[in-house]
Amino acid sequence: MSLHQLTAHALLDLIKSGKTSPKEAYADVLMRVLAVDPKVKAYVHMAHCEPDFSGAMPIPIAIKDNLCTKQEEITCASRILKGFISPYDAGVIERVKNSGGTILGIVNMDEFAFGSSCETSCYGPTYNPWNLECVPGGSSGGSAASVAADEATWALGSDTGGSIRQPASFCGIVGLKPTYGRVSRYGLIAFASSLDQIGPLTKDVRDCALLMNIISGYDQRDSTSVNEAVPDYTKALVNDVRGLKIGIPKEAFVEGLNGEVRQAVEDSLNLLKKLGAVIKEVSLPHTPYAVATYYIVATAEASSNLARFDGVRFGLRAQPASVRKNALVDMYEETRSKGFGDEAKRRIMLGTYALSSGYYDAYYLRGQKARTLIKNDLDEVFKDCDVIMTPTSPTVSFKVGEKISDPLSMYLSDIYTIPANLAGIPAISIPCGFSKSGLPIGLQLMGKAFDEEMLLRVSYTYEQNTEWHLKKPNL
Amino acid sequence: MSQFETVIGLEVHLQLNTKTKIFCSCANQYGCPPNTNVCPVCLGLPGTLPVLNHQALLSGIKVGLALNAEINSFIKFDRKNYYYPDLPKGYQISQFDFPVAKKGFLNIKSGNQEKRIGITRAHLEEDAGKLVHDNSSNCSLADFNRTGTPLIEIVTEPDLRSPQEAYDYLNTLKLTLQYLGVSDCDMEKGSLRCDANVSIRPVGDTKLGTKTELKNMNSFRAVKTALEYEVRRHEQVILAGGKIVQETLLWNDEKAITITMRSKEQAHDYRYFPDPDLVPFTIDYKVIDGVRAELPELPQVKFIRFVSQYGLTDYDANILVADPGMADYFETSLKEYPHAKKIANWLGGPVLMELNNRKKSIGELKLSPKDLVVLIARVEDGVVSNLVGKEVLTAMLDEGKGADEIIKEKGLAQVSDDSSLMLIIDEVIAQNPAVVEQIKSGKPNAAGFLVGQAMKKSGGRANPKKLNELITRRITGA
Repeated sequence: MSLHQLTAHALLDLIKSGKTSPKEAYADVLMRVLAVDPKVKAYVHMAHCEPDFSGAMPIPIAIKDNLCTKQEEITCASRILKGFISPYDAGVIERVKNSGGTILGIVNMDEFAFGSSCETSCYGPTYNPWNLECVPGGSSGGSAASVAADEATWALGSDTGGSIRQPASFCGIVGLKPTYGRVSRYGLIAFASSLDQIGPLTKDVRDCALLMNIISGYDQRDSTSVNEAVPDYTKALVNDVRGLKIGIPKEAFVEGLNGEVRQAVEDSLNLLKKLGAVIKEVSLPHTPYAVATYYIVATAEASSNLARFDGVRFGLRAQPASVRKNALVDMYEETRSKGFGDEAKRRIMLGTYALSSGYYDAYYLRGQKARTLIKNDLDEVFKDCDVIMTPTSPTVSFKVGEKISDPLSMYLSDIYTIPANLAGIPAISIPCGFSKSGLPIGLQLMGKAFDEEMLLRVSYTYEQNTEWHLKKPNL
Repeated sequence: MSQFETVIGLEVHLQLNTKTKIFCSCANQYGCPPNTNVCPVCLGLPGTLPVLNHQALLSGIKVGLALNAEINSFIKFDRKNYYYPDLPKGYQISQFDFPVAKKGFLNIKSGNQEKRIGITRAHLEEDAGKLVHDNSSNCSLADFNRTGTPLIEIVTEPDLRSPQEAYDYLNTLKLTLQYLGVSDCDMEKGSLRCDANVSIRPVGDTKLGTKTELKNMNSFRAVKTALEYEVRRHEQVILAGGKIVQETLLWNDEKAITITMRSKEQAHDYRYFPDPDLVPFTIDYKVIDGVRAELPELPQVKFIRFVSQYGLTDYDANILVADPGMADYFETSLKEYPHAKKIANWLGGPVLMELNNRKKSIGELKLSPKDLVVLIARVEDGVVSNLVGKEVLTAMLDEGKGADEIIKEKGLAQVSDDSSLMLIIDEVIAQNPAVVEQIKSGKPNAAGFLVGQAMKKSGGRANPKKLNELITRRITGA
């Protein structure tokens, strides 16, 4: 195998044994980017600075375009942030750099992470390495595609309603959304502050544990980060699920779930049962309200979070040719009209409405109450289960353009992933099969807060007993 | 007597003098060159997050306790959303439904009447930046140094019944805040700002009239003048059969008029919601008790104590209490020299005059309480006269030397020895035979004139008591 195809842990072994060097590995991955990125279009731009190769974990990494990285243009794939060069490193970027990580470049996403297909980017779509006519999922589509196409050894993404797990599922790789507060959000350009969490996208479960070791931990610059000891996640990589209780929510197997996905999940369930896990049917009665709840809470927060993109201090500033109201209001309106894409505008309007005087109680407040109910459902199930298993997404990847004009059906793409964000619990997506058309299928496991180790253990066991994660797309 | 009753409520914004800003670690400092006291957090750069400055919270609790308010132990911050170029995030972090303090009061004296003014709430928030309008290039420049300065907004009930009461409330509030040491309360620097809500209603009505809100007053005097103007305007409109429109008005100090800023229809919908970046938390009652234990003695309590403990007059006590530095100075001096009335006279008289002349505060003077009481003692002991004592004080402040040193250097000690004084007295008696006759004929008060003449001849250095004694004895032989 070429260096770019290796997992991070395999690459580290080669580096440690002197069979290759960090610089050679980095160069090999870069060559791969040059070769296939014109087709995949995962990268927004390559890093401007030559990395330091002397660190302990010199793994070539791709960074989502919403993680502030010093001296790099960070835009959230939005015209409104064009020209914004970050003067600082996000908490996770500091951690990656301190570990010796070698940043390859900045990868594509849905504009402001608003989307499930990577099509709302101002740079145009990224393509699924398994089928270049299909979407890589989103919003961390660039992160997932770059790892799946061996254009990065691993990548960082962010997950507000499934934005790490759904693209990981569509691209046949591993993606973890950690517990809310496990990873510092300092430097993550906020979509919905109470839901956002940064996490790893990797080629296998061991890499996921390794990258979690790097990025996890308290950061005093983020009041929502939690000061709780970080375990060595690789210690959780035990090939044994005997006696573990896996909950299967009956609400998950509903209309709209693709037959092949359903089959793959059922096969996975049977495999885990065979390996000694106890399968329990459980109920999450309020999950049917999850998508609606999410689109109130998330858009409300987003409408406020995106207010700072006003043309005053950074990014795009536009002025209409002639005065409409007054110079200031004209500048705001023109900048935001030109700077934001359709989906961003749609969500800003939805969120502004939900927070408006007279509607607040009916929407935002009610949304928060529903959120509590959904969290209570999960807490209840976790009293007697170690993990909850569902598909990651009701379908495999779809064609570019297929759903872009139908936002509602696009929103339903996150039906399985949203509850974990609303409840703040960790969830992982791992490869569990392929459709007849050759597109990857993902399996989602949700765990208790701060019990990423349980997710890693079950995922690792599953991975050790399957070969889905070893398959590579033909590019 | 007007047929209307005036109803006023005030909102005071106070900058807290914490070391750092409320949500980042930038220095909380006034007067830096534009945009030098900023960081990614207070500039609202993408990805940055606020972290609460605990000290600002403690200051807020302190203000709440001093205003006799209930302290909310549940601390929560909300976003107030609106667009303005001096507001980097497009929202201000403030407190909406859980202000740090609520339901308090402040007692004020207006004329000879004591009155309790209700405090609805006091909440913490961040200050915005400042826009500088550059007329030469027809553009506005934004300075974000002030962004993130901790503020506490103190809102009264509509309990004030006249512009004068509003003025008295502001002075009492300011003094209370100065005692707390949480702010320099300087309206010129903008560390204290005041908006006023005013309405009028027919005397006897209990329903509030339509109010207008006044902004842009840059002194307490201006608040009073603006309110007087606005009350008159309300009366004129209503008496002419018109209706007051609910609106926000700007006070124009130069023209002494109010100008419409925005009407109710243009009022913002701030879309308040809990700031998800700042997790709500509960403060331990021990923290609140700790702040309470450290509260200084407040001016009204100090006033009563000064009167009862030291036997000061209301007038003297008022002067001392009106400046926390002065009150402390008084009590320190008292430890060195236990004559309260005499120290109070000096502080409220010559010392206060020197402070005003020099435009300095008592803490800035080169005069320790020890130095001052030495001077007072010299006057009391007759070493120098009261008049010369004031001269000595001026010299002490100019030269930074002690009273004894000045008296010695300038030869200001009073002449008290009989032989030197007798020479002067004989001269004065010889020159004023008519006055001498009056005294002899049983009008001893006429001696005062001779004392004055002798005083003049001595260059003010003669001891007047002694002079009086010697003159009387000389003339009457008593």
